[in-house]
Amino acid sequence: MKVTAQPSADLLTLLLDGELDASSAIVLDTQLAKPEILNYRKVLVDCTKLSYISSAGLGVFISHLQPLQDKDVKLVFFNMQEKVFNVFEILGLDALMTIVPTQAEAISA
Amino acid sequence: MKSALRIACSRQNLQQVRDFVRGHLTGRGFADVAVNQVVLAVDEVVANFIIHANGEDASQYLDLTLLLKNQALDVEITDQGDTIFLPVPAPAPDLREYIRQSRKGGMGMVLVNRLMDRVEFFTRGNHTVCHLSKVLT
Repeated sequence: MKVTAQPSADLLTLLLDGELDASSAIVLDTQLAKPEILNYRKVLVDCTKLSYISSAGLGVFISHLQPLQDKDVKLVFFNMQEKVFNVFEILGLDALMTIVPTQAEAISA
Repeated sequence: MKSALRIACSRQNLQQVRDFVRGHLTGRGFADVAVNQVVLAVDEVVANFIIHANGEDASQYLDLTLLLKNQALDVEITDQGDTIFLPVPAPAPDLREYIRQSRKGGMGMVLVNRLMDRVEFFTRGNHTVCHLSKVLT
């Protein structure tokens, strides 16, 4: 699992590459726990190369959502593969998180 | 078709488990989403055995067997450790409350129960066994 952070003005894009499981979730958790992340207006999660997510990966996003919302930082997922979106859907997380098809929609969300 | 895998109780081996399940199911005409659902269910149970039942003690090990007959898949995961681990059925999680509390865990077995047709934990001697089954489409 590789997480690449791309800052651009008040947006931060996180590119996820690989499989997010109980072993690799710490990589993403460390990235989202950085205090400077709360200075951005929006965190965009590029899921194009995210090929798998388990409950441990979902747990990382869930655990950081409230602190981000408290600071008015919006978390937006885009380009999510169908099988990954299906996991969010099964738990009902698709209704609680902002998931859009494209990067352009994520920027304007 | 039957396949078997033995792994040590380290979360580093979860990738190997997922590759094993995918390898067994890919190329048989099953939908990508359906294959991923089985991969996820097995990954969640194995992660629970590794982390919660065995405390990530890599000297302990798990045995997995997959049996596919037409579209019916049976998975057996045997914890060769001596700690009996029988998860109690969890109620549907209140995810808004999970978000408010910044909770990281508590969704794995909920997912397993929603993904598979049948989920059973039982003991065989002094070992815990998990049996998962699903008819794939």
